[in-house]
Amino acid sequence: MLMVLGIVLGVVIGVLPGLGGANGVAILLPLTFSMDPTSAIIMLTSIYWGALFGGAITSILFNIPGEPWSVATTFDGHPMAQRGKADEALVGAFTSSFVGAIFAVILITFLAPVIAKFALRFGPAEFFAVQFLTFASFLGMGRGSAFKTLASMCLGFALASVGLDGVTGTLRLTFGYDELLNGFKFLVAVIGLFGIGEILSSMEEGLSFRGAAAKLKMDAVIRTWRQLPKMGFTFLRSCIVGAWMGITPGGATPASFMGYGLAKRFSKNGRNFGKGELEGVVAPETAAHAAGTAAMLPMLTLGIPGSPTAAVLLGGLLIWGLQPGPLLFVEQKEFVWGLIASMYMGNLVGLVIVLTCVPLFAAILRVPFSIVAPAIVVVCAIGAYTVNNSMFDVWMMLVFGVMGYFFTKLGYPLPPLVLALVLGDQAESSFRQAMLSSQGDVTIFWHNWLSGSIMTLGVILALWPLVSMLFNKKGDDAARAAA
Amino acid sequence: MSDITEPRKDDDEPALVSHRTADIVVACLFLVASAIVIKDATRLGFSWRPNEGPAPGYFPFYIAVVMAISSAINLARAVISKAEADETLTTKTGVLRMSAIFVPALIYVFATSYIGIYVASAIYIAAFMYFFGKFPIWKSLAVALGISGVSFVMFEIWFLVPLPKGPIEAAFGF
Amino acid sequence: MLTNTLKKTALALAAGVAVLAAPVAAMAAWEPTKPVTFIIPAGTGGGADQMARFIQGVIQKNNLMEKPVVVLNKGGGAGAEGFLEMKSSARDPHKIIITLSNLFTTPLGTGTPFSYKDMRPVAMLALDQFILWTNVEKNYADAKAYIDAVKAAPDRQFKMGGTGSKQEDQIITAAIEKQLGDKHFTYLPFDGGGKVAVQLVGGHVDSSVNNPIEAVAQWRGKQLKPLCIFDAKRSTYTDKVTDDMAWSDIPTCHEAGLDVEYQMLRGIFTTSGATDEQVAFYVDLFKKVMATEDWKEFMKKGAFNQTFMTGPEFDKWLAATEAKHKELMQGAGFLAASQ
Repeated sequence: MLMVLGIVLGVVIGVLPGLGGANGVAILLPLTFSMDPTSAIIMLTSIYWGALFGGAITSILFNIPGEPWSVATTFDGHPMAQRGKADEALVGAFTSSFVGAIFAVILITFLAPVIAKFALRFGPAEFFAVQFLTFASFLGMGRGSAFKTLASMCLGFALASVGLDGVTGTLRLTFGYDELLNGFKFLVAVIGLFGIGEILSSMEEGLSFRGAAAKLKMDAVIRTWRQLPKMGFTFLRSCIVGAWMGITPGGATPASFMGYGLAKRFSKNGRNFGKGELEGVVAPETAAHAAGTAAMLPMLTLGIPGSPTAAVLLGGLLIWGLQPGPLLFVEQKEFVWGLIASMYMGNLVGLVIVLTCVPLFAAILRVPFSIVAPAIVVVCAIGAYTVNNSMFDVWMMLVFGVMGYFFTKLGYPLPPLVLALVLGDQAESSFRQAMLSSQGDVTIFWHNWLSGSIMTLGVILALWPLVSMLFNKKGDDAARAAA
Repeated sequence: MSDITEPRKDDDEPALVSHRTADIVVACLFLVASAIVIKDATRLGFSWRPNEGPAPGYFPFYIAVVMAISSAINLARAVISKAEADETLTTKTGVLRMSAIFVPALIYVFATSYIGIYVASAIYIAAFMYFFGKFPIWKSLAVALGISGVSFVMFEIWFLVPLPKGPIEAAFGF
Repeated sequence: MLTNTLKKTALALAAGVAVLAAPVAAMAAWEPTKPVTFIIPAGTGGGADQMARFIQGVIQKNNLMEKPVVVLNKGGGAGAEGFLEMKSSARDPHKIIITLSNLFTTPLGTGTPFSYKDMRPVAMLALDQFILWTNVEKNYADAKAYIDAVKAAPDRQFKMGGTGSKQEDQIITAAIEKQLGDKHFTYLPFDGGGKVAVQLVGGHVDSSVNNPIEAVAQWRGKQLKPLCIFDAKRSTYTDKVTDDMAWSDIPTCHEAGLDVEYQMLRGIFTTSGATDEQVAFYVDLFKKVMATEDWKEFMKKGAFNQTFMTGPEFDKWLAATEAKHKELMQGAGFLAASQ
């Protein structure tokens, strides 16, 4: 019962941008102090699963990512909705989320101690290597002009560097404005660029949502499932990427980007990504969920949270008198296995709940546009506000909205900007931490097999577009071989 | 339940802004942004310090340089391009339609600071439905108050997330 | 489960206390008329966040206040965002903030126009300890052995991990360096205490000055070893934490010949426009919180130094501590260029 309640709440939380899983869990945490720890954590993790599921819904329907990790879902999910396939996109997203999560849970069940040791090997150099790999997997996938892609990505990096520099504690690019202390928050930018930008383009086209007229067919689930087995490799790849990013802990957001980037690179349908390809929904969602679930593992065994939500859960564990860390699996067996069992159950129940609601979600598209449009603006404003509780962010959201509109129109791709914004400062600080620890020696990235091999892989991936361009010139056959 | 305007027909409307003009303006804005970043990066220092690695301004500086170079190329391309010159970015109707949602949105955000987000949202939704959606006033009001009410209960009471509130909420003791 | 019964008893006891305290509260002239916003000048998951959310839980669970408490994280700019919010809403007494050392370090280190005098002190709840930790596998017998190793090695060979830059962890590191003569640590800033502890376990840094609560799990898991505590006296908690050691078994750094002392304020402030009655209400509220069993348990788990202060005594402590930070940070060259 608690589980169902938790999941429903989580879905609601996931749908509303700004009210993230971390908020949801944090807010409900005090209410669970009177429960016993096992049922409390089941309820809270259910909210977490729900939020993971829910984030995809608004991404697909309105191009507004409800959670940071569903940004990559908008790339193909929303075009699918525009083509009248919202139901398939939703089913695909939910199913792949489920697959990703279950993969990670199985990993936790059988390999927890081994994996925990692996996570310990990650120092600043390894973190940078992973972040570099994420960028590399995403490079060269822009559809527009290469220089516009570059400009857009650099703008993302520049925006990411605003605020307090974590390594030296100096303020950058704030020019004495207190509002800028906090920097540009990823979610605010994303809500503006995607959500408000989308509303503007839709308005321009006339007062309607493209694809809204699509008829709902009740067989969406079966229709979608039939297409999924063909994507076995994408599933597997995203599962591995996601689980790995969750454990290290890189987080669900980079995982979803990496999953998407790799799928685009290696899939047969890669060329159609961005136009509404089911595989482009499956790849990021699977990775995000695998990562989100795997993030629980370092939290339990090491006490380091792999995501902000896990951080709040960690606080909860402490209050219930459970000390996360190496001994949790020994001293609190009952609790840990209860939790793992709830992961299986929670995901299964979650899948059933969200799948039955697909027609309901898709029906939202048929609400008249003149109701939906202002309502979306309101929801976006609330979302932008709650990120930092500041009105300044709401204004920024509007600015980003205008920016999003022009960028889309002029062929500046948004994904590189968004990726740079989310990973930019992390990558920079791990790079500089690594430099500090090696005293300015760049070879630190190749000082052991782990970071060395990741870096090398990254370099290969970064150069891949060049290689395939060369092949392209030799003719289509060669290009197909390279892809 | 009908939309006020039909989807636009591309050919019979005069272009307000051409693709090329917009391209040039955006590229120039990029250059301005790069200049700002470079200015602050020079203040912070962009050297590679011994024992420490890059200084705080190192990354912003080189990023801005790359951004400036690529924007300059974009600008040059836009200036010399002829093919895109005729393409329409948007039309007068398009801009009007966009301002129909954007200008009220500006007023809405502005008003939020004074009367709180719930009241502002209700007015915004109701006004939009009434004027642009041609809904009867009672329907507009019902939907608007409903949405505001639901979000109030959800954020303030269930999740205890405080959103900006104005005199009306204060009168009820929130 | 035994712990459960205990908890329930504690709950009942606490409820009893609350009932007894109710008439007193009713007599107090002021009570919040709307939800009280509890600002955390740090991100979710850190030490201050854990404590603030814990306090929120205790207040709600025991019905210590009629209106709810709403917790808000405003950690931007090393907490500057939260403090500036307090400064700008001087006339709203429904806002309180929990502080950590960034109350002093942020204005000094970043030049943010803010001082603790822009708020009204309510009470000091506790002082958070700092401990010098190393990896168990490195086998340093005590703090002296470790310091000798640092002294013997080339400059900057040893890496100290810490939370943030120009904040408490780096200040302590700078203070230790002063005792080392011409040797330095390479200080690596990370964005959270938990992460630092894990980096230490993974051997990516050589030592850390984590708060007890951030590293206790790894200590119990026999991965980290506490060398000394940066306090004048040993901890008063004598319950065994690991098989053979209690917090009180950790020597002070003075004993180990390392003359460094540092503790972090965990205190509550309200806005500068608050009246005496309003401050009195909050002081009373936190006294009730501290009377609960839950609170005592929490203090023990984190080996907090339980010092309660309020009124003029607290003011004096704040002034002295600010001066101390200024001195420490000036010595280490952490002060922001005058802006």
